[in-house]
Amino acid sequence: MHVPDGFLDAPTSIATGVVAVGGLALALRGARRELDDRTAPMAGLVATFVFAGQMMNFPVGAGTSGHLLGGAMAAVLAGPWTAVLCISTVLLVQGLFMADGGITALGTNITLMGLVGVAAGWLVFRGLRAVLPNRLGVVAPAAAIGALLSVPVAATFFTLLFAIGGTAPVAADRVLVAMVSWHAVIGIGEAVITFLVVASVVGVRPDLVHGARSALRARTLEIREPARDGGTA
Amino acid sequence: MSSTPVSRRRFYAAFLVAALLVAGGASYYASSHPDGLEFVAGETGFLDRADDSPTANSPLADYSTKGIDDARVSGGVAGVAGCLLVLGISFGLFRVLRRRDDDRAEAEQNTSTTSGA
Repeated sequence: MHVPDGFLDAPTSIATGVVAVGGLALALRGARRELDDRTAPMAGLVATFVFAGQMMNFPVGAGTSGHLLGGAMAAVLAGPWTAVLCISTVLLVQGLFMADGGITALGTNITLMGLVGVAAGWLVFRGLRAVLPNRLGVVAPAAAIGALLSVPVAATFFTLLFAIGGTAPVAADRVLVAMVSWHAVIGIGEAVITFLVVASVVGVRPDLVHGARSALRARTLEIREPARDGGTA
Repeated sequence: MSSTPVSRRRFYAAFLVAALLVAGGASYYASSHPDGLEFVAGETGFLDRADDSPTANSPLADYSTKGIDDARVSGGVAGVAGCLLVLGISFGLFRVLRRRDDDRAEAEQNTSTTSGA
């Protein structure tokens, strides 16, 4: 979903640039609370893995492909603020070195994939975790559903920006229908990849998964409780 | 469930190798069709508004390495280089942002001394 230079006019690009800078400033503050000696290397690896994952375009039919955005995956693995920084780093390297996504469009891309993609994925994940049992087994499915929805939400935001500042006289409703329908399909790929990656990490080192912390604490308490009861009885 | 967990170092190494294998190897088999946005732009008629990126002449532009003719090697080198760039920047950034364990130990020490006093 990398927006090239030229799709959006200058005022819209400047506005998304301001939004991106504001979001990054908040993320730099928020990430301090998420990162420690153990999770900082993990977060760097998550960013690297998202970069790699974004190279794997998968076919979605009729001559179209999709690729991982990684916002939900990064948020669940590393924490939402850290995820914003992960995705933004990926977008920066892609824009500066790979000519993937424009330079004046960098603020737009950070806004769409970094801020909106991460926020949508994380909020859906948190919502599901709040209503589902607090178990480790819930983490990967909830992450996958967050991922599934994050892609069409980001696509909708692109259409909104295009309706405001698009440089071509194309009816916004046509763009909306096409963007959302294709990205709903791409979201399925996003969900599958996110599920596999998050489930693998939760299976091996759940203590390194930000979104698994409360489930891990709950499990530790359950294990300790009967032992203590047994001791007193 | 209480079997010996994979050491953190080993886990990090495996995660990095997985990323490098995807970017450096598997990406050769990625679909080369336009992605969702590019396809929609073409279909609805605004693809021609796209400008060439100012970095279009970068040695790694479009995930291929300038000067390497073999597509598989060229893409693989670009993928690995990109991974290392992301790794370097994000490692540095997150290292600076992280809470240090010695900070926490110090904070704990402070609270234990104050609660003890």
